[in-house]
Amino acid sequence: MGSYWADFTELFSQYDVLAAFRITLLLSGLSAVGSLILGTIIAVMRVSPVPSMRAAGAFYVNTIRNTPLTLIIVFCSLGLFYTLGIALADKSSPTFLDDNNVRLAVLGLSVYHAAFVAEALRSGVNTVPTGQAEAARAIGLGFGQTMRIVIMPQAFRGAVAPLGNALIALIKNTTVASAIGVAEASALMKTMIEFRPDVIFAVFLLFALGFVIIVLPTGVLITWASRRLAVQR
Amino acid sequence: MVQTDTAPLVVLDGVQKHFGDLHVLRDIHLTVRTGEVVVVIGPSGSGKSTLCRTINRLETIDEGTISVAGTPLPAEGKELARLRADVGMVFQSFNLFAHKTVLENVTLGPVKSKRQSKAEAKRSAQELLERVGVADQAGKLPAQLSGGQQQRVAIARALAMKPQVMLFDEPTSALDPEMINEVLDVMTDLAKDGMTMIVVTHEMGFARRAAHRVVFMDGGQIVEEGTPEEFFTAPRTDRAKDFLSKILTH
Repeated sequence: MGSYWADFTELFSQYDVLAAFRITLLLSGLSAVGSLILGTIIAVMRVSPVPSMRAAGAFYVNTIRNTPLTLIIVFCSLGLFYTLGIALADKSSPTFLDDNNVRLAVLGLSVYHAAFVAEALRSGVNTVPTGQAEAARAIGLGFGQTMRIVIMPQAFRGAVAPLGNALIALIKNTTVASAIGVAEASALMKTMIEFRPDVIFAVFLLFALGFVIIVLPTGVLITWASRRLAVQR
Repeated sequence: MVQTDTAPLVVLDGVQKHFGDLHVLRDIHLTVRTGEVVVVIGPSGSGKSTLCRTINRLETIDEGTISVAGTPLPAEGKELARLRADVGMVFQSFNLFAHKTVLENVTLGPVKSKRQSKAEAKRSAQELLERVGVADQAGKLPAQLSGGQQQRVAIARALAMKPQVMLFDEPTSALDPEMINEVLDVMTDLAKDGMTMIVVTHEMGFARRAAHRVVFMDGGQIVEEGTPEEFFTAPRTDRAKDFLSKILTH
């Protein structure tokens, strides 16, 4: 037992574990916001009365949801940046590559998880009785107002649990960003595996524990929030 | 008491509607004059609720025209929203906005679609809540109210838009028996105040008390119409006689 503890402290002193998890949290936070915004737009498109909007929303969800995340993230780097030259950071900055990779990863993660957010929200929209929309229309609200003021606020509150599951999946999926050279937790894990194979179990345990520490409270928070925010009918 | 001299406010002309193979509205002609209270009765599935819902275009129609205050119903968009703001609607299942307080439910329409100031909307909302007898519940959420209170709030919400006509789609059908009267009382007062009303209901007492005209529907058609006195004491058609004999015996 004592030696395991020694392995941990050694890994901590040799590598900047906290910095790596900071990047994981950064990716999670930014992508959560990005996917929530994009996913909300897609969800509204999917329930809009305009057939072409609905079709476009459905096309997005079906395409993105059935594409591997690795492919999307790698495309963001190789396709958008290296081939098309689309950079998301200031090229003259000394930290250009790091910044650019993080932002490309956030873009890829947001685009991918937006499909799941949209589906979660659509299930949330289905928890709102049709009478709510009818009542909103009956007092003269247009489609946009009905969505913004009446339907979506209730849909979000009805979709806290599935949205939370999407968030948990997102946090764990940030590990894919290491494929394009983002120095998040799993990238550091690969480095450790390469240079400290002697303490391989300690390495795995360390990262497993790190993710559990992030994800477990998230789950607890979601359960609490979904009860707290549930719409009383 | 019967208003025959005022201008036509709601005019349905040759309205036809199908739900798939089902012909739910068959060639409906109905004119409701300003200040008139029309009660629509009939068996379930006769099309009376659908008729009510076509008037603010919650249901589309296949043929014919519907006009409110001389303007034909617009198809979609801003025009339609404006028209709906002039037609108050009260639903069977109340449909109060579940995530908003009673007061917010009533002020939402005036603020968002009539561009009233919040303070002004709040003042008139409180007056309306007072009028329907639920002023003390203003800060609560709909789920904390009884069915009768919720429906009275729904009436206040519709009135807040200062509508030209009020539609009631079976407003008491989802209520506990002891709460029906508190809602009917509010409606009777409204009728006395000269509001133009189209009421789909099974409450024959209300029809006798407050209606100027009773419209009896069956199978998607208007079978008979007349004053409550005529209709309830001397119905002309066999279908109406049959219907009344079944509901008025107990």
